[in-house]
Amino acid sequence: MMVRVQEADFDVGTELAALRRNQPQIGALVSFVGVVRAASDGAGVSEMTLEHYPGMTEKALAAMVGEAGRRWNLIDAIVIHRVGRLLPGDQIVLVAVAGAHRGEAFAACEFLIDYLKTRAPFWKREVTPQGARWVAARASDDQAAERWRD
Amino acid sequence: MMLKILYFASVRELLGQGSEELPLPAGVVDVAGLLGFLAQRGGAWEHLAEIRNLRQAVNQEMVGRNAPIGAGDEVAFFPPVTGG
Repeated sequence: MMVRVQEADFDVGTELAALRRNQPQIGALVSFVGVVRAASDGAGVSEMTLEHYPGMTEKALAAMVGEAGRRWNLIDAIVIHRVGRLLPGDQIVLVAVAGAHRGEAFAACEFLIDYLKTRAPFWKREVTPQGARWVAARASDDQAAERWRD
Repeated sequence: MMLKILYFASVRELLGQGSEELPLPAGVVDVAGLLGFLAQRGGAWEHLAEIRNLRQAVNQEMVGRNAPIGAGDEVAFFPPVTGG
């Protein structure tokens, strides 16, 4: 289980290969990659800056991965989230989950990204033709996370 | 032991600062009490507690406004998160 917060980009293939290495019991590997959209709420986005709360971010992500490990029979999982300046098309986040079978891997991956979006202390500021603005939280993200409540 | 307070994103911009350290104000025992103390500074500080959906963390755990705080704690105020 690993979480990383970094400015640098990541290579999905390299990360998934590392996740699988020396783990012959893995039968299913599910990954989610979040990408910067070129438009948001009707406005073009030319760039975005991601701010976070150093220390709490890593703790919150590790707690989510731990919770996923309690809910499902996972073999391994990684979460990588970028911070700093990003451009449309850039990768923001990778969530990857390895399990013996696809059902638990799909569920745990969706759980992790839903939780991350409502509980990990990241904030997006996007630049549009009208100027820079902080991205507003979406009720649909809260509803998505709410589905996983015990 | 000082109280460390952090402000993030739009809250940081509203207040014009990202962090501060101060002795635990007399009579402050929880997050709500700290917000009341900060509001006494006037100006933008009066608006802090009224920010819609203001979130807070104590020692890097998200908490409600009734969460206790003490000297040496790290308290943070920020808007709803928007990562992912």
